[in-house]
Amino acid sequence: MPTTVIEGHDISVDDEGFLTEYDQWDPSIACALATAIGVDLTDEHWKVINFLREDFKVNGATPTLRRVSTAGGIDTKSLFALFPKKPAKKMSYIAGLPKPAGCV
Amino acid sequence: MSDMIVPSFGNDEDSGRKLAIICSKGSLDMAYPAFILGNAALGEGIAVDLFFTFWGFDIINNKTMDHLKFSPVGNTATHMPAALGPLPGVTSFATHSLKKSLAELDVPEVRDFLDLLKDSGANIWACQLSADMNHLVKEDLYEGVDAIINASAFIEMTDGAQLLFI
Repeated sequence: MPTTVIEGHDISVDDEGFLTEYDQWDPSIACALATAIGVDLTDEHWKVINFLREDFKVNGATPTLRRVSTAGGIDTKSLFALFPKKPAKKMSYIAGLPKPAGCV
Repeated sequence: MSDMIVPSFGNDEDSGRKLAIICSKGSLDMAYPAFILGNAALGEGIAVDLFFTFWGFDIINNKTMDHLKFSPVGNTATHMPAALGPLPGVTSFATHSLKKSLAELDVPEVRDFLDLLKDSGANIWACQLSADMNHLVKEDLYEGVDAIINASAFIEMTDGAQLLFI
């Protein structure tokens, strides 16, 4: 498992660069990850990221776009606007979580 | 920062990848493969055009779209004796259990799923010939239908797309 240096910390990641340890993430890491993929974080982004972190903690799985919209209350259109093109992967990357495994 | 591993999300280049899905069947179990694959493609930043034609028209017809059925008749993959399929009540039972399994996985119903696809950027097209055959106009169809178009228009607009016929 590779390790990468983000904001001066050694962080465990998978081969693609997704964080693998829930507890190694903090908001400053999220900012660095967002910058690395060209996303400028706003309050709306943080709403999504905080929902992802909370939901993962409770359910042990990264929520899908559908779940972020039904359970998290952030509609699909906004998710595509906030994290263009590949919203599910981008949001989970910034939140320090694995890609969602669900299909819908 | 220089040794940070960053996933490639294909930001810099527009891959131009397009997926065209032709939905020609109107049963519940034939609607979902199109929805799920289309939704997955949209989530990957791929442009998706769905074309509803022939029996597939039931999926976007306001009168029928909320009542699509799943019939085990002729479907060997249900693993039930073939003679049971046509019996009264079997289709409604099979439909009910398929809907239940989908709902348990939080997979949306037909109309909600079409809304989801639209919100994700899909284009939804209705086939002109099917509309004419059924004496239907745009107002009779799901509100997210972009337009009723003929087959050659669809072929033209999906130039270069990968094609899925369901």
